[in-house]
Amino acid sequence: MQIDLAKLTVKEARDHMRAGDFSCVELVELYLDVAKNKNGDINAYIEIYDDVLEKAKEADGRIKNGESGELLGIPLAMKDNILVKGKKASASSRILENYTAVYDATVTEKLKNAGAVFLGRTNMDEFAMGSSTESSYYGPTKNPIDTDRVPGGSSGGSAAALAMNGALASLGSDTGGSIRQPASFCGLVGLKPTYGAVSRFGLMAMASSLDQIGPIGKSVEDTEILFKVIKGYDHMDSTSSKKADEDVLEDKKQLTIGVPANLLEMPGIDKDVLENFNHSIESLKKAGFGIKEIKLEYAKYSLPAYYIIMPAEVSSNLARFDGVKYGFLKEGENLLEDYLQTRGEGFGKETRRRIMLGTYVLSAGYYDAYYNKANAVRSLIIEDFNKAFKGVDLIATPTTPTPAFKIGEKSKDPLAMYLSDIFTAPANIAGIPSISIPSGVAERDGKNLPLGLQLMATHFREDLLFGVGKAFEKI
Amino acid sequence: MEDKDIKKLASLARIKISEDEGKGFIKDMESILSYVSEIGEVDTGGVNPETLELKNVFREDTNPYKEGIFTEDILNEAPKTEKGYIKVKKIL
Repeated sequence: MQIDLAKLTVKEARDHMRAGDFSCVELVELYLDVAKNKNGDINAYIEIYDDVLEKAKEADGRIKNGESGELLGIPLAMKDNILVKGKKASASSRILENYTAVYDATVTEKLKNAGAVFLGRTNMDEFAMGSSTESSYYGPTKNPIDTDRVPGGSSGGSAAALAMNGALASLGSDTGGSIRQPASFCGLVGLKPTYGAVSRFGLMAMASSLDQIGPIGKSVEDTEILFKVIKGYDHMDSTSSKKADEDVLEDKKQLTIGVPANLLEMPGIDKDVLENFNHSIESLKKAGFGIKEIKLEYAKYSLPAYYIIMPAEVSSNLARFDGVKYGFLKEGENLLEDYLQTRGEGFGKETRRRIMLGTYVLSAGYYDAYYNKANAVRSLIIEDFNKAFKGVDLIATPTTPTPAFKIGEKSKDPLAMYLSDIFTAPANIAGIPSISIPSGVAERDGKNLPLGLQLMATHFREDLLFGVGKAFEKI
Repeated sequence: MEDKDIKKLASLARIKISEDEGKGFIKDMESILSYVSEIGEVDTGGVNPETLELKNVFREDTNPYKEGIFTEDILNEAPKTEKGYIKVKKIL
């Protein structure tokens, strides 16, 4: 049968392959063709793996044998900071350019067990630090919808690979919006799960109290299928939670969605974005959901708190890159010079900037005013959300303050770039699950740029995001 | 923030940066720090210390892997090795 890559979903592909309508090899060949034709321009993939067809043949054999893995034969793209044993994984940094993973991440193992086929590793902001995929050592990724614009970041390659029809779904990581913002910019669905719901064993750590792995897909159902495969308690990740294995039994008939009006009044939010958001809320109301205006008193401090806590954790996590244990080494006259030169030349500019910022907020004399204060504010934000979720089941905001911006527009001004995370950072600060769903377009320079609706729920209630998300997709 | 502050930070972070880059960082850091200082407005006097209660999540140091099963794979990634060890310049 003729395969329409633009429309194909994970569920459909799985059903068609089981029915024998097409094989995994046929599907994978189409994706390899797209990658060959488009990747030179888009730069979504850093590497297409050399064993893709071999793995596809294996999957076809298993399908013929009647095996029924959840993702048997499903071609996926992997963000370059998640380990696949025997494959390179660089976090798009020079310092790990030649690093080969010596073990599988837990999510990789789970996806392999479910039968997924990995097409390759995708471009990202170096060490996941950025909102545009421009800080990669391998050059920027372009947005397939408008190649003058960024795909978002840091998981920009994982989103662009799907948007150029070069994969069926992908994994990303989200520390302050790095799954949801690129999903929004590329017209896709992106899920940041609850902190502790998905194991981070084998994910290169950026900011450990905020990082989560999650799926990007073309539909809410696809992200749900992937999430169910990768979630679960893992003793290899000390922050993994046993609650991730519990089923939610509550089934409420009438759900209420909270709209934090005071967050929408912050400066820098595009008029078209607000209009589209109000329209989405109207549609949800008409579809029968309760809509309630709420006030999140402290959530607006999420972004400044985030840009203290995150670099503090970055400066400590990235201390391991020293040219001794793995990765790039630039030798100097003595061991100290080895460290200074290796890190000076191995890390890109934004990474160096964030490590230094983190070093500053953690240094004696500033620790209380910045780091401790940010953690106290974080407590207030968590209480803010806890209180809000007593009155509403979900909270909605736009995913991003603007549609996709132009390549180069913000790369010289770090603060302007940081403000891209204004709606997404609160969910990481509070550890709650959040999803971005396509909600329409804004026209810019004759191109229709996608916008996204963000839905947040309380801890471990991804089911609510999927339920309302599916209803919203049908509107 | 002055040149010497940036130099001190770079040295604490074990990162070599050029004079020019140091000057650029001063400007960036000042704008970022002025933005994040907004949290100073928040009265955190009444913060419930239990909201962010930290607990030890380290496992007990028991049941180690069999010695040597990962040694080769791991050492293959090290820039310099000798006789099964990672090699660095002498520090004494």
